[in-house]
Amino acid sequence: MVVDVMLKPEILDPQGQAILGALPSLGVSGIAAVRQGKHFEIDVDGEMDEDALGRIRDLAGTLLANPVIEDFALRVEG
Amino acid sequence: MPSAVGVVTFPGSLDDRDVMQAVSLAGGTAVPLWHGDSDLRGVDAIVLPGGFSYGDYLRCGAIARFAPVMVEVVAAAGRGMPVLGICNGFQVLCESHLLPGALLRNAGLHYVCRDQALRVESTATAWTTGLEPGARIVAPVKHGEGRYTADTETLDRLEGEGRVVVRYVEGNPNGSLRDIAGITNEAGNVVGLMPHPEHACDPLVGASADGLALFASVLTAVVGAA
Repeated sequence: MVVDVMLKPEILDPQGQAILGALPSLGVSGIAAVRQGKHFEIDVDGEMDEDALGRIRDLAGTLLANPVIEDFALRVEG
Repeated sequence: MPSAVGVVTFPGSLDDRDVMQAVSLAGGTAVPLWHGDSDLRGVDAIVLPGGFSYGDYLRCGAIARFAPVMVEVVAAAGRGMPVLGICNGFQVLCESHLLPGALLRNAGLHYVCRDQALRVESTATAWTTGLEPGARIVAPVKHGEGRYTADTETLDRLEGEGRVVVRYVEGNPNGSLRDIAGITNEAGNVVGLMPHPEHACDPLVGASADGLALFASVLTAVVGAA
């Protein structure tokens, strides 16, 4: 299970801006914007069923992401 | 018996000792509280000090929020007990939803450590009755993640209800929205500040002694409530 957490689009991301600002010195062009987020890989005991998915969604909304400033997305992987 | 102010120590707290010293200087009794305990030891008020609780892993304050002591702190705050969060403590209060909004990486990315001028915006909280409205005070800031952020509606409500407690003047160290340095909850018993009043209690070792008034204020508040 993968949980990706990103700052909400309207919130300033100075880390992403710093990465963007470093690109010209690397000779990289054509990049319009960079935003930085967090990526969590979560293994569950047993089957990945609706119950497990619900628990991970709760975990993402209470601990992994702060819904005041961040959005999160869940996807099954692997 | 002087009023008792509990000071919570999380793994990674740094300023708990300075807060205890500040409480003593203000005439109160400082009571150490441990993050793993579910007992507030009969205190009259609580301070969540600065530092890097749980290493600031995940987000500042995100893991401290789930410490056993925080269940009791949230319940006590709901009953009206004065609670002050300083720096990392402010971050914990926001993560705990005792205060609205969040504190994000400084806009300039740098960790900022300096004496900071502030304007007192509200003296209607348990922690600021001893300050003068509109006064300029000085206290240190020292943080990398102090950019106060909330949606426009929340900011307007905070301003409209007089819940901005202190504002940065003469330069905003972190890009906080509307120069906010500290806010309070609706009841005025919970206050969060990025600047450190506990480091501004003795002119011998600080830029001012302006911070002492916050600790004196809460002692007056709890005596008045008793």
